[in-house]
Amino acid sequence: MAVFPFLWTLWGSFKVQGDFFSKADWANAVYGIRTLAETGGTFTGNGYSSAWIEHEFWRSAINTSIVVFFVVISSLTIGTLGGYALARSGYRYALWLLMLALVFRAMPHITLVSGYLLPFFQWNLWGHLPTTIIVLVAINQPFTLWMLHSFFLNIPKELDESALVDGCNRFQAFWHIIIPVMWPGVITTGLFSFLLAYNDFAVTAMLLSQENQTMVPKIASFLGSTQQEGEVMSAVAAVVSTTLPLFVLVMFFQRQIVSGLTAGAVKG
Amino acid sequence: MPHRTFIFFILPSLLSMILLIAVPIFSAMTQSLFIAHKQVIIVSETCDPFGCKKETSVDAEATANLRGKEPLGIFNGFETYTNRNHLAAAEIKTSWNVATGWKDFFSRIMNLPFYKALAFTITYTFVVTPFVIVLGFLIALGTNSLASRLKGPTIFFSLLPMIVTPLIGSLILFWMIDADGILGSTLQRIFNDNDLSIKASPALTWIMLIVYGIWHSTPFAFIVFYAGLQTVPHETLEASMLDGASLWQQKRHVVIPYLMPLIIFVTLIQLMDNFRVFEPIVGFNASANATSLSWIIFNDLRGEDALQLFGSAAATSMLTIIGVAILLTPVLIMIWKEFNSKTV
Repeated sequence: MAVFPFLWTLWGSFKVQGDFFSKADWANAVYGIRTLAETGGTFTGNGYSSAWIEHEFWRSAINTSIVVFFVVISSLTIGTLGGYALARSGYRYALWLLMLALVFRAMPHITLVSGYLLPFFQWNLWGHLPTTIIVLVAINQPFTLWMLHSFFLNIPKELDESALVDGCNRFQAFWHIIIPVMWPGVITTGLFSFLLAYNDFAVTAMLLSQENQTMVPKIASFLGSTQQEGEVMSAVAAVVSTTLPLFVLVMFFQRQIVSGLTAGAVKG
Repeated sequence: MPHRTFIFFILPSLLSMILLIAVPIFSAMTQSLFIAHKQVIIVSETCDPFGCKKETSVDAEATANLRGKEPLGIFNGFETYTNRNHLAAAEIKTSWNVATGWKDFFSRIMNLPFYKALAFTITYTFVVTPFVIVLGFLIALGTNSLASRLKGPTIFFSLLPMIVTPLIGSLILFWMIDADGILGSTLQRIFNDNDLSIKASPALTWIMLIVYGIWHSTPFAFIVFYAGLQTVPHETLEASMLDGASLWQQKRHVVIPYLMPLIIFVTLIQLMDNFRVFEPIVGFNASANATSLSWIIFNDLRGEDALQLFGSAAATSMLTIIGVAILLTPVLIMIWKEFNSKTV
């Protein structure tokens, strides 16, 4: 139930439209009857070449990599600092901040975008990749904070307190004691930041200019032109190309994703 | 940790949240009180032997100038909130007076864009969330009793719908239920109706979006519950078994209370995420039959150049935020109480 749609689309992406949308008999899509008739083979890469070369999907792929890379790096950097502080504070305002973060987490992204657009137009910030990266980092913060906060709570307090006793200041304790042991939590959080940046549509669709678009809004813009024969297939190919990295990601990091989903939760 | 160090550590993160989450909310609030300048219209009179004609034309330059000078536009107060596209106070009043019965009244209200979107958003949220929790729980119970060799692949496959971008996931399903796609044509054959099209019927579109939502979110609930199940103490379960509890009673009185914090957690996340349902509507191209609050905002903002309706989008945003606040208050109070009881 969960995978079949993906396999079906992956298989179909190598066919022509007549097979992928085969009214007469769904078996056409499996055996590629029309594909054989139209291209001379049962598999065709036409959809892919159309998407990647004619529609310049490679450009969006590069943009996505840039956005994702910087979002993950910067949200982890400021998130670990913040999460650590929240976990060790012990004052009441840390709790208030966490609740505030939760409320921020609930804000629909598009409502925030409607707040950004006008000022960004005015200050000529609109359309550039760095703007989007910063926005995504900020949107990602509440979640990152929560996750790293609960992760740091699991690291025994005595560890860094003993460093403090030995004469380190807070930052040194963080640098020498916490950083070496924090990687499991950071990797997990990083995966989720990655997913957020990679999957985002609301922010990237509204804040990026045409040539700076990332993959997801690019696919959405394909849809306007899908009525023509063959165009659907390039959208299908683009969708498959975008999904494959996620597939690989789940394969390698399944354990981290699962532990991340449960980290904040199991402790309640 | 002393206050100074705390601030030093949290500052970058806090600053980013304040600047880019809190300030935009205020920016949207301000924008919602303004309305864009009307186009500057020039009336010119041209006379020819047959008489004089008045012609009106848009002075594009002056309009751009005016808008450039005051990008916010004219102060409009709460007008935008009450106009037809939002709360539509006047329209509701008239339909209340004109309507012949409750049914008529509601069908009139459902023609107003804001209420139409609100109705879908709320239906979606409150249908998908319980379904996801129950289904996720059942799948977790099922997987838990599987042979351990099968567990890994099951988890791997079930993660996919959740990890994949909503837009892409919905597109994949959209192509399958297309009248010529595999599911769409199969449905047509089953019901023996060649004109059956999910896209054309509002009711079917709603159902399709909801089914998609369940498909997309169940893995999340499943994984969380599955992990929770691993921590249920065996002793308690065995004790209940010795006391003669049936399988159902074990689940009901041991497992579910034990997982309660998780259930609250999943509910909270699901309420938040489902309330902002948006991408599936774009992916399924369903805006004719189903719109959500997020989608209306998107639609207002997407307008070409001068037609972007910042004020309108901002007003809907504020109303959405109020909705989120109402939705979250009970859960937040619950969490707050729990935190307090823990610290004492």
